[in-house]
Amino acid sequence: MRLPLLALLARGPAHGYELKQDLEQLLGSAYPQPNIGQIYVTLGRLEKSGLIEGEEVEQTGRPNKKIYRLTDAGREAVSAWFQKPEDEPRVRDEFFLKLALAPQTGLADQITLINKQRRQYLNTMRHLSKLAAAEDRDNRIAHLLIEGAMLHLQADLDWLERCQEELEELE
Amino acid sequence: MSDVRAPELLRAEGLVKTHYGEGAPAHAVRGVDLSVTRGEFVAITGPSGAGKSTLLHLLGGLQRPDEGSIWLDGRCTDSYSEARWAEERRSGIGIVFQFFNLVSNLSVADNVELPALLAGRSPKQARAEREALLAELGLEGKERSMPGELSGGEQQRVALARALVNHPPLLLADEPAGSLDSRGTREVMRLLSRFHQRGQTIVMVTHDARLASAADRVISFFDGRIVDDATLDGTTPPRGPGISGVLELRD
Repeated sequence: MRLPLLALLARGPAHGYELKQDLEQLLGSAYPQPNIGQIYVTLGRLEKSGLIEGEEVEQTGRPNKKIYRLTDAGREAVSAWFQKPEDEPRVRDEFFLKLALAPQTGLADQITLINKQRRQYLNTMRHLSKLAAAEDRDNRIAHLLIEGAMLHLQADLDWLERCQEELEELE
Repeated sequence: MSDVRAPELLRAEGLVKTHYGEGAPAHAVRGVDLSVTRGEFVAITGPSGAGKSTLLHLLGGLQRPDEGSIWLDGRCTDSYSEARWAEERRSGIGIVFQFFNLVSNLSVADNVELPALLAGRSPKQARAEREALLAELGLEGKERSMPGELSGGEQQRVALARALVNHPPLLLADEPAGSLDSRGTREVMRLLSRFHQRGQTIVMVTHDARLASAADRVISFFDGRIVDDATLDGTTPPRGPGISGVLELRD
């Protein structure tokens, strides 16, 4: 969560609760959101490492709030984050290990494993469809996130199909 | 052969269909039992060439099985003639296809009204049904257009209107988004879900898992056989390491 918070602060100073709301609005309901506690803890750590600095602001009739701004080091960290490409999301796959090891154990059947996994993916796909239907139509970023997740799932399902084709031929 | 447990709309037992062409015979459907109750939305998925379209054609009487029987709303169709099946497809079963199959030299309005007129509705009734459906499907103002003037997504909506104009208890859909872009796919998905929510029974063949996930039951079809039959709920958000790894929060 560190870098997304830093990136939000690159727009200008903000307090913790504002950052939480901005994040929710930007990413939509499909993205697992951090709770406010996690955000405050992360902000505290970022301040300690000198990437942001906080300033207490007095409020009448309410506790003080702390406004954070990005330091030069923080700005550099955000730039470096944007510069670096990310690893592919699926390199390791626990299901693949189960599929590979099942025949040797005698404890599971490969086709049963595939069917069970397909159900899981289809249910997730259905869940995503519902999220997409409930999401604000104008929130392009949130819809792109959901569409990305769906395309990954489609690829996973296609791959399960390939597994099934290959393994049924062997039987 | 009666089933009193559920209001069964469609039942198939022991369906077999083999295509004989050049080369080796293709065993498209190899012993399929299937029961669909009223109000269900069933998707049949599987790789291309698995025989799922053939299965749908058998269910709609577009092809006849080599073996096995089909019951529609409790009536056995074994003895149905081609004419009887055609009658069934006018009023009992609506069908949408991948390539829309609209009549190219008839206007949108005429394409939708024709099956209503063939089913014995008066021209006035047919027009009223057509107007209501086209409005529902967001096609107002397109009545006089010819199919060729419409986008693929619009043509599929016209095909859906045509399939539903006689309020058939069963809607069959064969790759309904197979020739549409992703916007068109979402549109078809939204419309099928809407009709399903109002009680329309739907059996749909698709290789698109996104489309299949709109159904509440997904049958996996492989090499002419049903290999899995799963009821989806999708209500509980999946837990664990994020949705397929892509929605995972990292610190």
